[in-house]
Amino acid sequence: MNNLLIVGQYVPTNSIVHRMDPRVKMLIIFFYVIFIFFANNVISYSLFTLFALGSTILTKVPWRFIVKGLTPVWFLIVFTFILHLFVTREGSVLFNLFGLQIYSGALEQGAVISLRFFLLILLTSLLTLTTTPIEITDAVESLLGPLRRFKFPVHELALMMSISLRFIPTLLQETEKISNAQASRGVDFRTGPFRERVRAVIPLLVPLFVSAFKRAEELAMAMEARGYRGGEGRTKLRELRVVKRDVAALVCFIVIAAAALITRDYS
Amino acid sequence: MDITFEKVDYTYQANSPFEHKALDSMSFHLPTGSVTAIVGHTGSGKSTLIQHLNGLIRPTNGKVRIGDYVLEPKKKPKHAKALREKVGIVFQYPEHQLFEETVEKDIAFGPRNFGVPEQEIQKRVAESAQAVGLRADLLKRSPFELSGGQMRRVAIAGILAVRPRVLVLDEPTAGLDPRGQKEIMDMFYRIHQEQQLTTILVTHSMEDALAYADQVLVLDKGKKYMEGTPVEVFSQRQALQQVQLDVPEMFQFLLKASDRFGKPVAYQGQDVERLAEQLAALAGDPNE
Repeated sequence: MNNLLIVGQYVPTNSIVHRMDPRVKMLIIFFYVIFIFFANNVISYSLFTLFALGSTILTKVPWRFIVKGLTPVWFLIVFTFILHLFVTREGSVLFNLFGLQIYSGALEQGAVISLRFFLLILLTSLLTLTTTPIEITDAVESLLGPLRRFKFPVHELALMMSISLRFIPTLLQETEKISNAQASRGVDFRTGPFRERVRAVIPLLVPLFVSAFKRAEELAMAMEARGYRGGEGRTKLRELRVVKRDVAALVCFIVIAAAALITRDYS
Repeated sequence: MDITFEKVDYTYQANSPFEHKALDSMSFHLPTGSVTAIVGHTGSGKSTLIQHLNGLIRPTNGKVRIGDYVLEPKKKPKHAKALREKVGIVFQYPEHQLFEETVEKDIAFGPRNFGVPEQEIQKRVAESAQAVGLRADLLKRSPFELSGGQMRRVAIAGILAVRPRVLVLDEPTAGLDPRGQKEIMDMFYRIHQEQQLTTILVTHSMEDALAYADQVLVLDKGKKYMEGTPVEVFSQRQALQQVQLDVPEMFQFLLKASDRFGKPVAYQGQDVERLAEQLAALAGDPNE
């Protein structure tokens, strides 16, 4: 179950991307996601593709793994493409497919939108592939820091985030254990009529909730026992620092994004 | 039901950076009616092994035979459900699987899934509740109101009510107090004998392995490290220490006693009193 989806999975290869400051990574991805919508011709798209593929190579995460991990997304990408093929009516008619006219504009649009979609997902999944959840929350806390002036509970938000991220694998493990136990008692999660399968979820969900609540209580107690009092005056074990490679990455991104923005069609 | 593993490999997340071989060319045979203790350090492949026993997972290579059922790689077993009816697994902390409103309903859950007729279910619920020592008045209560030890008994009753022929116990005494541990183990042994089951006990307790098992299987890093009767296995203290396992207290004591008296004192299944007499005879009369 969990090896299908790579979103949220960290792959430790200790590449240069792994060692980057998580804040820089997040900023780059944030602006990449915005700027990619400005791309509208071959050159600007190539530049953004180049950046995404280049970053992927630098992470040293095996291609096979990324391609397999995007399996559920492939479906969406292909679906988007096909939808565009049939719905868009621009350009000249290329050929007839079972009585449906396929336009050249549709082919173009479909390809472009699918490519954009693919790049977005590829680059954003690189963040979780190369950044531990702790780094991500640290980065969020640091980036949202200025909001503290407006009494926004930045630290609490970051803590909530890190706790939920921390417990995803635990809950997945728990789910697997309980589903194994119930399968051994004859529950069939995979076959049978739909109504039966929905009912089969109850023996899974009830124990899962019970244990989640128990865990939450234990965690709260353990934090209390270790003197947790919120974010005030709290220091960090790992200080985030922007170093040369982060600047280099940032410059690299700015150059590519600027080049793409300059070369795009403005007509 | 006889259980045979033939060169079984199992690999988690094959072809990914997380690839991990949990079982490595595992072969053994467990005869019908025996009690087998499986011991090994954390991560030695015990949990993976027991998941093969009722077809929750299939071997990556090799073959598993459980009675007439055969599990092979890449071949969906046709009678997975029938196999699960025959092989009952009591997982670690089985009380975590309770979910029904009443104890009675929870015990009836397994048999109902396997299509046991309603009348028969009532009979089995009463029987298995009695077998695990649950008072009849607890049956109408919510399982979540019970104590930890009682919850575990409910969960075990839920598995016994399916009437398996093979009983797999994954550290059934974890988290219980010493008295509860002994009660549960004695209960399983009684049920094993009464219903003539084939029992597989995964345990960290060498004492339990010595007391209840006919044969012991020692695993290390997914491989079979040792196999034999408890006495055979526990006589090899050094080999066991290599894989971070200890011998039962009885054996530790016998080694020290042998040292002290300069004569070998062998384990022959004697209890503490018999051993004391034996040692007294060895030591001779202190007044002499």
